[in-house]
Amino acid sequence: MSQFYTSTDHFTIIPAVMLALFGCAILLFDFLVFPDPRQRKYLLIFVALAEGFTGYALYRQTEWLTANGQTSLTGFGGSVTVDGFGIFFNWIFVIAAMIVAVVSYKYLEISGEHHGEYYGLILFAQSGMYFLATGTDLITLFIGLELMALTFYVMVGFLRTDKRSNEAAIKYLLLGAFSSGFLVYGFSLMYGMAGSTKLAVVAEAIRQRPLWDPVVFLALATTSVGLLFKISAAPFHMWAPDAYEGAPTTVTAYLAVASKAASIAFLLRIFMGPFWSAKEVWEPILSVVAVLTMTVGNLAAINQTNIKRLLAYSSISHAGYMLLGLVAGNDTGINGIAVYVMVYTFMNLGAFLVVVALRRQNIIGEDLDDIAGLMSRSPGYAVLMLIFLLSLAGIPPTAGFLGKYYIFLSLIQTGHFTLAVIGTLYVAVAIYYYFKIVRSMFIRESTEKAPMATSAGLRLALGVSGVLTLAIGVYPEPFLRLAQTSLLR
Amino acid sequence: MDQHLLSIVLLTPMAGLLVLLFLPAKSKNLIRLWANLASLAGFLISLPLVSRFQTGVAGFQMEERADWIPTLGAHYHLGIDGISLLLVMLTTLMGFLSILSSWNAIQDRTKEYYAMFLLLQTGMIGVFLALDFFLFYIFWELVLVPMYFIIGVWGGPRKLYAAIKFFLYTLAGSVLMLLGILTLYFQHFKQFGFYTFEISDLMKTDLTLGMQQWVFWAFFVGFAIKVPMFPFHTWLPDAHVEAPTAGSVILAAVLLKMGTYGFLRFSLPLLPRASMDKTIVEILAVLSIVGIIYGALVSLMQQDWKKLVAYSSVSHLGFCTLGIFSMNPNGIAGSVLQQINHGISTGMLFLVIGIIYERRHTREISEYGGLGHVMPRFAVIFAIAMLSSAGLPLLNGFIGEFTILQGAFEANRAWAAFAVTGVILGAAYLLWLYQRTMLGQVTNGKNLGLPDMSFREVAVFVPLIAWAIWIGVYPKPYFDILRQPVTEIVERVRPGYFQAGGQINGGQGPGARGQGEAARSARDISKTLRAERASFPRPRPAAAAGTPPGPRPPAPGGDR
Repeated sequence: MSQFYTSTDHFTIIPAVMLALFGCAILLFDFLVFPDPRQRKYLLIFVALAEGFTGYALYRQTEWLTANGQTSLTGFGGSVTVDGFGIFFNWIFVIAAMIVAVVSYKYLEISGEHHGEYYGLILFAQSGMYFLATGTDLITLFIGLELMALTFYVMVGFLRTDKRSNEAAIKYLLLGAFSSGFLVYGFSLMYGMAGSTKLAVVAEAIRQRPLWDPVVFLALATTSVGLLFKISAAPFHMWAPDAYEGAPTTVTAYLAVASKAASIAFLLRIFMGPFWSAKEVWEPILSVVAVLTMTVGNLAAINQTNIKRLLAYSSISHAGYMLLGLVAGNDTGINGIAVYVMVYTFMNLGAFLVVVALRRQNIIGEDLDDIAGLMSRSPGYAVLMLIFLLSLAGIPPTAGFLGKYYIFLSLIQTGHFTLAVIGTLYVAVAIYYYFKIVRSMFIRESTEKAPMATSAGLRLALGVSGVLTLAIGVYPEPFLRLAQTSLLR
Repeated sequence: MDQHLLSIVLLTPMAGLLVLLFLPAKSKNLIRLWANLASLAGFLISLPLVSRFQTGVAGFQMEERADWIPTLGAHYHLGIDGISLLLVMLTTLMGFLSILSSWNAIQDRTKEYYAMFLLLQTGMIGVFLALDFFLFYIFWELVLVPMYFIIGVWGGPRKLYAAIKFFLYTLAGSVLMLLGILTLYFQHFKQFGFYTFEISDLMKTDLTLGMQQWVFWAFFVGFAIKVPMFPFHTWLPDAHVEAPTAGSVILAAVLLKMGTYGFLRFSLPLLPRASMDKTIVEILAVLSIVGIIYGALVSLMQQDWKKLVAYSSVSHLGFCTLGIFSMNPNGIAGSVLQQINHGISTGMLFLVIGIIYERRHTREISEYGGLGHVMPRFAVIFAIAMLSSAGLPLLNGFIGEFTILQGAFEANRAWAAFAVTGVILGAAYLLWLYQRTMLGQVTNGKNLGLPDMSFREVAVFVPLIAWAIWIGVYPKPYFDILRQPVTEIVERVRPGYFQAGGQINGGQGPGARGQGEAARSARDISKTLRAERASFPRPRPAAAAGTPPGPRPPAPGGDR
């Protein structure tokens, strides 16, 4: 602990370093080697290499933990902790980043904004996410958060000539900065209590204080504002629909999946670390927030006609379900959040990818009208979208059902019957708006004939998401085992 | 092959679906032919179930079991007993007939149509075969999506409204049911230390009465919406009226039975104390009776032919649930038989409507009159369907309703007295319908040139009419098949029932519960008793107490 540098320190951060280095390499190669915009898709090779190295490093980390029979490996005096939890979430970031990178080039070409730095930004953001999932120090976590957030502010506004994209970026930036302020204020209080930024020390300091200590409460409240903003929980969800709608759809997918997963990991690190001893205090607060989030997300989604906005509200309601797992707070609940995040990644990416393919030359392709009659035009896309939507709603035998299954089971185990009933009834509400999309695709007549904007990458990514969404639903055993490795504590 | 008969029955429609997906969408006749062959194959393959089925053997037969999700304790576990045998046979037959009846009715998007039907078929068979709650739930939900599309794509003018209403109603019910399942599952874990969804394991869980009631109501919402019991029935008329003919047929004949089957397979055996709770039984019986009378009265008022039959379903299903909650062998056996009967007769009535709708494209009763002169074959078949639904002796409906009323009478005379009005009203609205549409002079000129039924159309009815007459004239084989599972359910719910000679009054049932030894010996006696009894609906011998306890046969439904 006291040693400044140990021989395993570099091992704990190597994935983030690789991602950042490859990101820089992309920036360099972009204008040195590929001045022609049409060649820029070859930058994908760098992304693939970066993800390959990251994946390999994560694999080696797992191997190290198994070989040494340990559950975690700390580095840099406790600032970074490699454990099953961090590795699990990082695999999700790897998959999400890879899928988003692969489907982007066609979309950006059509939007006329295909720049090399886009791929660099994806990797930088992922580098930040790495620290959100593995950081166990307030400073490390905050830097990880800001790295991720700053890259996303840029990426949301990536369509420079599009007003909506600019508006979304500004909104996201202003509100994001605000929430970061709250977060840092909470962090400073924690530091004040503990005299250290290490989560373990802070946790100990909070445990020794009385349950309803005003300072702890203030720290809890301010930190929660920042965290709940990041996972777009009500009442801090306002940015999400605008940012999701304005951002390029590929970025929306990345934001909805990877950024949310990283923020959930961050939230779990904080709530299951420093604030765990104050569970009695935050449990009722989070219950209310979760119910409010599901209510706002589900009810606001009903009237949306823009698919991206609709999915944004749906993603808000999913945050509510994930919070319920934390409210339950037992192993099933935490494991349930991991399963939920995993299935959410595939089904939500899949749904957004179909919207990506709707963006064609001169067609924005985000409205329910644009997807009308999709079954008669491109039956493959329509059926895949149906699978993703059923999964988002949580209908078996799709992956989404398992996420909800764990959450509901954890609520029942801990005796939160009312929350369980509310959660289940919102499944029925959700099916209504998801089936607005289904109705449009399968029952309404096609309004335009332009073919889908497909690319090899998009087809591959959609196929992978679709197959996994079904496979996890039909034979979940290996995936559930995988998620169990992520248990904190 | 023999050990996997149930899987083969379950997966035949799925295999048909997979091949169907590779047929070109443009060659409609090829698709029709293939779908018909696949569903016919599904029916033929299910026939060996009847010959292999051993009447009177305790527990489930032809079981198949494999681990599926060990982490959750979910298994791929199929099995069949008398109740599910009858319902599976109903499903495979009605599935085939409804697909056969769609040949001309469905002209656009045929490939998707038949794909949805075959998927639906798999889901329905799975519901009746699953012995693992997780597997059951998957099949239960699997049914929703194809039915949504069948109503929503090929339905009538208000199809969108009807389709989403159907989906939302049933989904809301089934997610609440899921909470009940999870509660049971967790209670079992607390008592036995391992997670499982096996019905036979969950049956060993000892729940407090309060917990049982909680779970019972959670199940109730799921099943009652599906049945549908009053006041959850409002989705039914919409769905029936808007669905295409074959959709209505399968909805009425099979889908609704999933709810009653759920009560019989899950609510009663898993939650015996809640099921015998005086308040619960009374509430459910009253809801059933209200359903019977209300459904019949509303049917009487209908101007729309199809809506009339839809509301008659509410009334008839009221009989089925009343039979179940009479909690005696007659009531339950009558209920299962009536479920089959309702499948046959209401299925026929919807097919009749489909035939006339294809010719005239209206279902207003006032548009018709005197059709008997124009379409004599049609008139005869409609008469048989109508009489079978109305419960004319020598046809199937009579046997079911009579046995249910016998059971209800035994449980509570007032229930029987009120329920019997449903029979009278049923005859009234059906005969009046027949009179208005078929008899007298032709009142509307448009009806003069209507062609009578074709060979294919008649062929659809032949097996159903034969089945209706068979049940009506000689129901003994059905009661034989049902005796064992029904006795097991009754013993499970009312352990002292057979000891007391079956004279326990509905409200005072749970008296013998809790006295472990007494209950067990009562079960032994009743096993011996059961062997002596020849036929079911007959009154059982009163001198039961004197019979010495025999060797104890395997516990009902429990052992593998």
